[in-house]
Amino acid sequence: MFYRETGQFKTTYEADSAVFPILQDRIGIAAMLVFMFVVVPLFANDFVINAIMIPFLIFALAAIGLNILTGYTGQISLGTGAFMGVGAYACYKLTSIFPDVSIIVMVLTSGFFSALVGVIFGLPSLRIKGFYLVVTTLAAQFFLEWAFIRIPWLYNYNDSGAIEVPARSSFGVIITGASATPTARYMVVLCIVVAMTWIASNLIRGRIGRSWMMIRDMDIAAELMGVRPLYAKLSAFAVSSFYAGVAGAMMVFFWLGAAEVESFNSDNSFLILFMVILGGLGSIMGAYMGAAFIWILPILLRAAPEFFGIDVGADTMEHINFMIIGALIIFFLIVEPHGLAKLWQIAKEKLRTWPFPYA
Amino acid sequence: MPILAWGIDMEFLNSIFVAPFVDMFSAPDFLLQVLWEGFVSGILYGLLALGFVLIFKASGVFNFAQGIMVVFAALTLVGIHSFGIPAYVALALTIVVMGVLALTIERVVLRKLVNQPDIILFMATIGLTYFLIGFGELVFGGEPKKMIADELGIPNGSVSWDIFGGVVIFEYRDIAAAVIAAVLVFSLGFFFSKTRIGRALRAVADDHQAALSVGISLNQIWVIVWFAAGIVALATGIMWGAKSDVSFALQVIALKALPVLVLGGFTSIPGAIIGGLIIGFGEKIFEIYWGGLIGGGTESWFAFVIALVFLLFRPQGLFGEKIIDRI
Amino acid sequence: MSTQDVMPGDVLLNLENVSLSFGGVKAIKNVGFDIIKGEVRAIIGPNGAGKTSMLNVINGFYHPQEGVITYKNVQRSKMKPYVAASQGISRTFQNVALFKGMSTLDNIMAGRTLKMHKNFFWQMLRFGPALQEEMAHRRKVEEVIDFLEIAHIRRTPVGRLPYGLQKRVELARALAMEPELLLLDEPMAGMNLEEKEDMSRYILEVNAEFGTTIALIEHDIRVVMDLSDRVVVLNYGEKLADGTPQEVSSNQAVIDAYLGVGH
Repeated sequence: MFYRETGQFKTTYEADSAVFPILQDRIGIAAMLVFMFVVVPLFANDFVINAIMIPFLIFALAAIGLNILTGYTGQISLGTGAFMGVGAYACYKLTSIFPDVSIIVMVLTSGFFSALVGVIFGLPSLRIKGFYLVVTTLAAQFFLEWAFIRIPWLYNYNDSGAIEVPARSSFGVIITGASATPTARYMVVLCIVVAMTWIASNLIRGRIGRSWMMIRDMDIAAELMGVRPLYAKLSAFAVSSFYAGVAGAMMVFFWLGAAEVESFNSDNSFLILFMVILGGLGSIMGAYMGAAFIWILPILLRAAPEFFGIDVGADTMEHINFMIIGALIIFFLIVEPHGLAKLWQIAKEKLRTWPFPYA
Repeated sequence: MPILAWGIDMEFLNSIFVAPFVDMFSAPDFLLQVLWEGFVSGILYGLLALGFVLIFKASGVFNFAQGIMVVFAALTLVGIHSFGIPAYVALALTIVVMGVLALTIERVVLRKLVNQPDIILFMATIGLTYFLIGFGELVFGGEPKKMIADELGIPNGSVSWDIFGGVVIFEYRDIAAAVIAAVLVFSLGFFFSKTRIGRALRAVADDHQAALSVGISLNQIWVIVWFAAGIVALATGIMWGAKSDVSFALQVIALKALPVLVLGGFTSIPGAIIGGLIIGFGEKIFEIYWGGLIGGGTESWFAFVIALVFLLFRPQGLFGEKIIDRI
Repeated sequence: MSTQDVMPGDVLLNLENVSLSFGGVKAIKNVGFDIIKGEVRAIIGPNGAGKTSMLNVINGFYHPQEGVITYKNVQRSKMKPYVAASQGISRTFQNVALFKGMSTLDNIMAGRTLKMHKNFFWQMLRFGPALQEEMAHRRKVEEVIDFLEIAHIRRTPVGRLPYGLQKRVELARALAMEPELLLLDEPMAGMNLEEKEDMSRYILEVNAEFGTTIALIEHDIRVVMDLSDRVVVLNYGEKLADGTPQEVSSNQAVIDAYLGVGH
């Protein structure tokens, strides 16, 4: 009744191909941005910002990256965790070598390093498809994990083997290290994630995004229509790994503050794959929904027993968490294999005709 | 300067191409021991991969949960025995549990996902993995456990063999693992190729709907293969547990079944074992003779990298046929 | 490899002694024929005659072991399909090969891929030149959509469309490439009479209005007789006959192949 495009006419192709062609959607997204940029920094406490909002945004970015590769280009990858690690270590080295350059620049630059590594491990995708590709991306995962331990130069020969974030400021505000306020870190992360989301949506709607989807849907036909698999697949690997790299660098510099190789292990790769699947393959909105679901739900679950006044051990809760996540993954695959984004779309279509059964 | 650089290069090349082989042939007894160790871990990788192959061959599902099924089966066995139930009764009960598990998985998960794309079924098995990890830790606790190998009558001890002026040691348990693997492979191979159910299984793998249309009961077939995979998982779990403890860390090692499958092919039962052996030999030899050059610990990735390199040259696997694209 | 322009009435594509085999199976045996610019050329023959393989050879998807292929007066070497696409060869497929996850509009826009050149940077911003380019091509695509009367399914994911419409979207996608040589693999398979008439009309209009050279495979012999200027007949990978529809239909070898020979 209220959610309708009736009466909203498009007179240009530009307007017709907008991301949110319906006015109500545009209002919704504007409200969301106001919430993220104004309400959260003003009213949320440190716990919410630190433990929920910052990791949620970072994981959402990584999920967008993986979605570009898996959801849009159809190449399954289980190496996201390691590509995030490449970004993190690259950023650490860069800021050690050039301490005066803005850390924001370094975070973005480190994405290029993981993009390069991503392209190298993406090369087999030119000959290999499907589950076979999973194996090659796992090769990337385990090889890089090994490299993060065995090359001490990467962590400046620290005895702990960990990378610890030095304090860096940008525009006169300290944004990394222990003395940075959660709000400052949150704002930096938010700006980067929003900008990169916008870029991803542009890429996807243009020629490059279409050539990715052509490869995903029918690679042979794509080639017969002039798409070069080499460029399409490797550009997807590059962009995807770039996103993962930036997410990884942000994870260490704006969230964890310090990291070891365990922060980038295969569990992480799986976590992000779940976000993509649950959110919906081939949907940027879905990446956000999946990240919210996988990250925020366990936090709520952990808080639940206390809320109801039941005493459950932390370990037990962790195990139950695993079970619930696993069961929910199966549940969603059964109910809607195309993920939360698809459910949302169906809900919107229902809403358009509501309260009448037919349009 | 150039001479110096040349000298370093020669030394470097020597350490890669000459020294390891000199080491191998100057101490053949040690080499034999390394090969045997490789053989044993290869057998275990092969058994792991065998569980994958069973399910893939018979349902086209890439079962990510095979690794956790191994852990789960072993934990159940140990858990039941810890109530004071005799080992062989516990073994039988564990087989029943694996049957119930297969039935539940079919009822709750697979039946609802008939004819979905492979990737969806694959994801569902990852969900299953998480569920089983949580469930297993909840019931049995997260700490490592000792396998009841002695109680099950698996011989302990070893036989040593004097050869090449040295001694090579063969553990009885490792020999038992090899024998069990051989028995499983032969009986499963027979089952698939010679029995009516075996043929039905292969039909289901090709096309769910087509199999249904000729009157094959999909549900029944799925329960059977998942049960069979459960038994293979139990065997793997016992043998693995006898060598080291039973713990959830095995879950990560289970991922090595993937490169094994790449080498051996996703549908070949002997291929699983052969692939396992190649990986087992390869990673042991590489780690012992070359690993030191790059800091060691190469076993975590060697299998995957070998599979990757192999795929570049033969994308269809060791035993697969070259695929002709049609359109 | 540069190609030369060809005037209507000249040979656009020439195949000589082409042989193709997979392992031991010979799909095409020593076949040669030509396609003249501006004509509608039909390739007919029983199932398994090697017709689709022939199209696959023409657009570079299969590489024949023997034979000489000359396109636009230039002899062609072993080439990748996308090179053939960039030289103006586009096609439709026997079993519809649309991009299932994309809308009709995106599928047809996909046909413009080769004509879009703005680099990654502009694509990333979707601004200025990239946006202008995108919109210019959108306009072209809308022309094709109007021409084939599929405006109402513009936003529908193609997977949801009925078969007949999918075939039409596939034609639209091929036309969006503005091809010089259009290969149609059984464009009317599985259609009812009405849909066949529509499709025939589109094919003739494409040929007449844009001067596109068309090579088509079709089983419905009446359609072939009505549409095509010349027909080549294949049987078991060999060329049986070549000529106008009338010549071919009176050829004894063709009649034998289609109706069987009394022994």
